[in-house]
Amino acid sequence: MAGGIKKFVVGCFEDEAVLFPAVKNVRRAGYKIHDVYTPFPVHGLDHAMGIRETSLHTAGFIYGITGTTTALTCISWIFTKDWPLNIGGKPHFALPAWIPITFELTVLFAAVGMVLTFCYLCQLSPFVKKHHFHPRATDDLFVMAIECTDRTNDSEVQAFLQNAGATEVNVQHAETGWWIGRYDKEQKLYADVEKGY
Amino acid sequence: MSLLKYESQIREPLVDGDKDYHQVTEDIIRPIEMKPSRLWYIGFYISVALLLFGAYSVYREVTYGIGQWNLNKTIGWGWDITNFVWWVGIGHAGTLISAILLLFRQGWRTGVNRAAEAMTIFAVMCAGQFPIWHMGRVWMAFFVLPYPNSRGPLWVNFNSPLLWDVFAISTYFTVSLLFWYSGLIPDLATVRDRAKTKLRKLLYGVASFGWTGSTKHWQRHESLSLVLAGLSTPLVLSVHTIVSFDFATSVVPGWHTTIFPPYFVAGAIFSGFAMVQTLMIILRKVFALHDYITLGHIEAMNKVIVLTGSIVGIAYITELFIAWYGQNPYEWYAFSENRANLFSPYGWSYWLMMFCNVVSPQMFWFKKLRRNIAFTFFMSIIVNIGMWYERFVIIVTSTYRDYLPSSWSTYYSPSIWEIGFYLGTFGLFFTCFFLFAKYMPVIAVAEIKAILKTSGENYKHKMTDIERADSDKFYIEEVEHAH
Repeated sequence: MAGGIKKFVVGCFEDEAVLFPAVKNVRRAGYKIHDVYTPFPVHGLDHAMGIRETSLHTAGFIYGITGTTTALTCISWIFTKDWPLNIGGKPHFALPAWIPITFELTVLFAAVGMVLTFCYLCQLSPFVKKHHFHPRATDDLFVMAIECTDRTNDSEVQAFLQNAGATEVNVQHAETGWWIGRYDKEQKLYADVEKGY
Repeated sequence: MSLLKYESQIREPLVDGDKDYHQVTEDIIRPIEMKPSRLWYIGFYISVALLLFGAYSVYREVTYGIGQWNLNKTIGWGWDITNFVWWVGIGHAGTLISAILLLFRQGWRTGVNRAAEAMTIFAVMCAGQFPIWHMGRVWMAFFVLPYPNSRGPLWVNFNSPLLWDVFAISTYFTVSLLFWYSGLIPDLATVRDRAKTKLRKLLYGVASFGWTGSTKHWQRHESLSLVLAGLSTPLVLSVHTIVSFDFATSVVPGWHTTIFPPYFVAGAIFSGFAMVQTLMIILRKVFALHDYITLGHIEAMNKVIVLTGSIVGIAYITELFIAWYGQNPYEWYAFSENRANLFSPYGWSYWLMMFCNVVSPQMFWFKKLRRNIAFTFFMSIIVNIGMWYERFVIIVTSTYRDYLPSSWSTYYSPSIWEIGFYLGTFGLFFTCFFLFAKYMPVIAVAEIKAILKTSGENYKHKMTDIERADSDKFYIEEVEHAH
């Protein structure tokens, strides 16, 4: 799913203590932060960047409730309507005995549903490939990508980032979406850009 | 800087040595990028050999029937169900570490959670083998699944604890796998981005699902981990509760007790932590991870062992007391004769269990012993033997003498194929674990980085210096001024 090729100014930071004020300053200066790539979850960075809270847990709740109702409706239909088994003359509608399975299905639906939703929202899947602004973003660098428009003076942004404490600054043309690809092959879309695509 | 979050200086560091983010990556990922050591090959081949022996034992059992195991009229559940409960129990420590300690915000879990979760998954895989092959006609195993079939449709019995087990174990396995793998994705991306060879780039590229480390993705990842932890916590309690229902809902003396669910859960965590200790002590030695799995981690786990061991001890004594107090002659006979009487055919196993599970963990009240690696390793083996005997005692001593003395059997001892099956699951477990240790980050790299600045040794020293400077300043400005 191509998101289109855009131009970015990329700044790399070595310390999250430098990154936070930099994020604040970049936003105050009116530049648009495309994303910040970090090697681990930096707490509070989402708030500093103005990203809204995720509602993934709400989705999880809905999946859980779906599991509960699925279990209860299935078992009660099976044991009271479809094939009522006489077990020692006990009631067909034996709710207490169904609690364990109902609970397990609630958990199963919630967990599987949430993980699938998470993968869908973050576009995570085998053979999915995305543009990586810096290979050390998963190691020890905090990589900020600022989106450029036609009017952006990229050398100005570069100087701004350097002032803010970035140790490495560059300009990249990158595909913003994801595509089907392998990590042992060259990044085709990006290579096309360089050829004047 | 306010970002240097404060953590009490009294707490010992969770990461030793002078580390920065890159060093953490190096330390943990390097073993994956190197050729495995001789020791690894030896261990791996032994595991594969055991696995093959297990496979042959299972082949014999499938071909000739359950009679291959020395089960008899009254002992219908011998070693196999003992092993099933034992393996499921071992799995529980992994979930406790990854989920319950996450909810309790225990920082020390980060050093051990990844390997402990892997242990959970492999242990549940081993556990699942036993009920499946115990079915005898294993090609009919899918009959346990409720689906509209051509037999009526004849449904499964939703009121039976054995069916609850099917749901509990399969849910537990699925959720543990999802939890473990979603945590692995960012770390696999780290391996991918360091990869030099084509094959590595391909394989870790596929395995890491195209992870970039985007802030929004991390935010969702955190939310996912927290909710999965919240789901896994009651799940892990429910799983061993349901396993205990297999016994507790029957009317066999010695099984028909309401204390079983909490007693089983405590026992599961107890034995699981012992297994985590065994694995961690080997892991830190083989991969030189002393800086990440510190003596502090070992001590923390030993504290859990002494706590849960004591809970198990109280459960044993309570159960014995209630058997006497309840005045049911059959119940009291099962306890006083079949178990507590040392000179009855299986009395020795009861007292072995008592010694291993209740008496020996009390050694961990001593700090010196809690922080002694060799002693901890020895104890972890003892506890695992003890917990295996707990299940053996419950199953065999309750069944070998039933209500009808003419069908009493005191001659149950496992056949070589029953033992071979058990050894085979060890083979399966360690084969998986060796492969995991070789090809995946055994410590959660991203999580270690996240706690590095609050709990790393070098950062703690820096904090101490800042604090000292501050208090000096305070003294000069406030106290001297007042004089």
